[in-house]
Amino acid sequence: MGYEAVIGVETHVEVATLSKMFCGCPNGFGAEPNTHICPVCLGLPGALPVPNARAIEATVSLGLALGAEIAPRSLFHRKNYFYADLPKNYQISQFDLPLCRGGHLDLETETGVCRVGLTRVHLEEDTGKSTHLGESGRIRAAEAVLLDFNRSGVPLMEVVSEPDLRSPEEARAYAAELRSLIVALGISEARLEEGQMRFDANVSIRPEGSSALGTKVEIKNMNSLRSLQRALAFEVERQTALLEASREVEQETRHWDEAAGVTRAGRSKEESSDYRYFPEPDLVPVTLETALLERLRAALPELPAQRRARYRALGLDPDAARLIAEGEGYGDVLDAAVAAGAEARAAALWLTGEVTAHLRRVGMPLAATPLTGAHLADLDALVAAGRLSATAAKEVLTGVLAGEGAPEEVAARRDLIQISDEGVLAAAVAEVLAAHPDELARLRAGEQRLVGFLVGKVMQATGGKADPRRVSEAIRRAAQ
Amino acid sequence: MKGDPADLTIAAAAAAMRAGELSATALLDAVRRRAAATEAQLHAYLTLDFEGAERAAAAADAAFARGEDPGPLAGIPVAVKDNMCTRGMETTCGSRILSGYHPPYDATAVARLRAAGAVVIGKTNMDEFAMGSSTENSAYGPTRNPWDPERVPGGSSGGSAAAVAAGSALGALGSDTGGSIRQPASLCGVVGLKPTYGLVSRYGLVAFASSLDQIGPFARTVTDAATLFEAVAGYDPSDATSYRGPVPEVRPGLEAGPAGLRVGVIAELAGEGNEPAVLAAFARMLEALQGAGAEVRQLSLPSMPYALDAYYLIAPAECSANLARFDGVRYGLRLPGDTVEEMMAASRRDGFGPEVTRRILLGTYALSAGYYEAFYGRAQKVRTRVIEDFARAYKEVDVLVVPTSPTTAFRMGERTEDPLAMYLADVGTIPCNLGGGPGISVPVGLDRWGLPIGFQVLAPPLGEAALLRAARAVEALAGFSARPALATSGVS
Repeated sequence: MGYEAVIGVETHVEVATLSKMFCGCPNGFGAEPNTHICPVCLGLPGALPVPNARAIEATVSLGLALGAEIAPRSLFHRKNYFYADLPKNYQISQFDLPLCRGGHLDLETETGVCRVGLTRVHLEEDTGKSTHLGESGRIRAAEAVLLDFNRSGVPLMEVVSEPDLRSPEEARAYAAELRSLIVALGISEARLEEGQMRFDANVSIRPEGSSALGTKVEIKNMNSLRSLQRALAFEVERQTALLEASREVEQETRHWDEAAGVTRAGRSKEESSDYRYFPEPDLVPVTLETALLERLRAALPELPAQRRARYRALGLDPDAARLIAEGEGYGDVLDAAVAAGAEARAAALWLTGEVTAHLRRVGMPLAATPLTGAHLADLDALVAAGRLSATAAKEVLTGVLAGEGAPEEVAARRDLIQISDEGVLAAAVAEVLAAHPDELARLRAGEQRLVGFLVGKVMQATGGKADPRRVSEAIRRAAQ
Repeated sequence: MKGDPADLTIAAAAAAMRAGELSATALLDAVRRRAAATEAQLHAYLTLDFEGAERAAAAADAAFARGEDPGPLAGIPVAVKDNMCTRGMETTCGSRILSGYHPPYDATAVARLRAAGAVVIGKTNMDEFAMGSSTENSAYGPTRNPWDPERVPGGSSGGSAAAVAAGSALGALGSDTGGSIRQPASLCGVVGLKPTYGLVSRYGLVAFASSLDQIGPFARTVTDAATLFEAVAGYDPSDATSYRGPVPEVRPGLEAGPAGLRVGVIAELAGEGNEPAVLAAFARMLEALQGAGAEVRQLSLPSMPYALDAYYLIAPAECSANLARFDGVRYGLRLPGDTVEEMMAASRRDGFGPEVTRRILLGTYALSAGYYEAFYGRAQKVRTRVIEDFARAYKEVDVLVVPTSPTTAFRMGERTEDPLAMYLADVGTIPCNLGGGPGISVPVGLDRWGLPIGFQVLAPPLGEAALLRAARAVEALAGFSARPALATSGVS
């Protein structure tokens, strides 16, 4: 019997505001431990939170982009639990009145558009970071705990999907699409390796064709798209094996162990928490004026789906359209290239080919290179005019990326401009033909392969700067 | 200068300093002598900082000498309840769990006192985390009532009330969550004002119940209380619940008198349950008000008897979360444990006293899954009713009046074994906190034991002008001028 997975994903995203959610401390990654702290994010007695308006606006923007219902009045709640890296031993979060409710995200799949419903988007504060010292690195056996509160109070957005996903691959595609959207909206750079985006998932399985829901398991601690997919695949397999052995799936929370590639059961069910949510009395309700909503709506940038569609309309194939739309800075360079007169497909080909290979080699983002859209347009014009061969164009591009200057300059300095003067070209051809009378005769007798030989000789004579296509045409004409 | 400067009102001391008859340093010396004479018995203070106070007093004198006026409280020795953060000065909230804790910052109210030129002389004793009505719940020993050392000063701001009554401060700040300023003011024979919620920043006030806590002044006169109120009130961007509008102007109408004032007596709180002496003093004051041209009438606010119940769910619920941060991890008491959880549990078990523990447990229970609606949810509904009842009443009257405390100062130890009896001490003060408006207690007389009786005036939110006008009228009509035995006999 076949099984179908039913998956919902909870995504946490650190919002890239200048300051933290409820205090003025800088919101940044990588500082010395406990240097971005103050009475508020350290939970000192008497300190009070003041909400970060930018973080609220960012959350509302995401809601607007997702077609969610934006709450005209929303509340922060306290979520109570004791943990050493949670300074107040409660987290300021949202409960029954989140900023955004509903909405959806469309995924483009091979079989068409798949619409994933969203439950809510809300805002909360991040915790500090614990490091457990001791041989095992596990909490229970730790000899000491080191606490860094730099992350404490960083604005954290939680996006909860409906259980609309049907496979680990689909879950991954959802997470990737959400990430693109968040990056496009400027909410976060969503760098997974820095923990700026993290995933939890609920998964159950059921016999194909069934509409009943199986027992769900919550899996936590996935820090990349890949581990989200792997963890879900492991879990689907584990649950399938249980059902096929006529055993039951237990409702529980499991943790993904990246190194071992398995999910493990949490410590015990007695810890199933009662968070005792209640409205945060230190904050007043968040009320959103219509004018603000309209301003945020008007300020929404082109969304990834719209951008992909636009690139497809320019003739890019779907994969290239996705790569350009989602590669960091790619879309902007392509748009500039097209605006400067480049042919979209040619420019896209360079971006997905040479440029991507170069960036991978040097390990830096596109924005860190001197390449502009105008460069690509110039390059395209040189090739179209026959002044640069396809091979030479790639070399010129490498030079541009390396900071050697604009395409013209690079081509000139590297002596890659093709002979475009018809007279010069004709003379070179005539010279080669005069030097090889036998070959010319055999060609005339129908030995076509000698075209290539003669083209080679001309290329040799011109130092490779002739356009082989035109040389070949000239030789064929002479042979007639 | 006649008499001891420690017995001056803030207004009189300020005038004397500006007339060159008194220096801030001399005033501080007088207060220091008074504290030296009374503290052994009274224990109003947990921390005295005469070194810091001397610097502040010298600065005030220097400013006066330069011909400057450093502010309305320049050179005035004031005390601060120990639940307000004072930079570098120990702040314990009367709890063992914060023993030795020195905050890195000043509470906004304290910073404003200093900015107005006040000389902060120390931190006053209190019921642990402001939970209590007698100051017997302090981990550092109780404060005694200056009128009778066998009796409690009330609470939780008992130290502030006692210090102002005894003359070891000219004014003080307290905090009032369910009556913690007004009830001890009543029991100690001083004026105690709880302003409208949001008018005084809570930034740096160690929270008990965030939606109810409010900082306010103690003083010996209504005018002095108004001066302190003006110094500390006002919008603070660090407190999201702080009121953004202008602070009500209280000074212009302060002496307007009672004529034409519409006064409502809350029927539910002004009868049964109050001691005869308290009721008699209350009735005398109503007659006096009426005689002076006020329009006095009885009003029924049916939700009032339920306010106490609602309060004892809402306040513990909020405190259960507010006090969660005291876990031994970052500051305060830390006891050893094999795991982080055991360390936290041990530190909290030893760090908190029985009343605080009781309220944390109550609040945790009230917020638990399955009980939230029945307890916290219903309590919030009662709170809404209280607010509605007040709003309805204030359509008919300018101020409401009710005895501050149903009894005068009770004996030490009398109620410590019976939490419910202790909770009843706040029955007349709690509705004001739930409603959010201001309230003030003014001393109007003594009972047969020579213990002070307070008269409470309430007004709608931001109604401080009417409140203080009425309070000033009551003060003038009462002509209360008695001083506790300790303030006179204790001075050498």
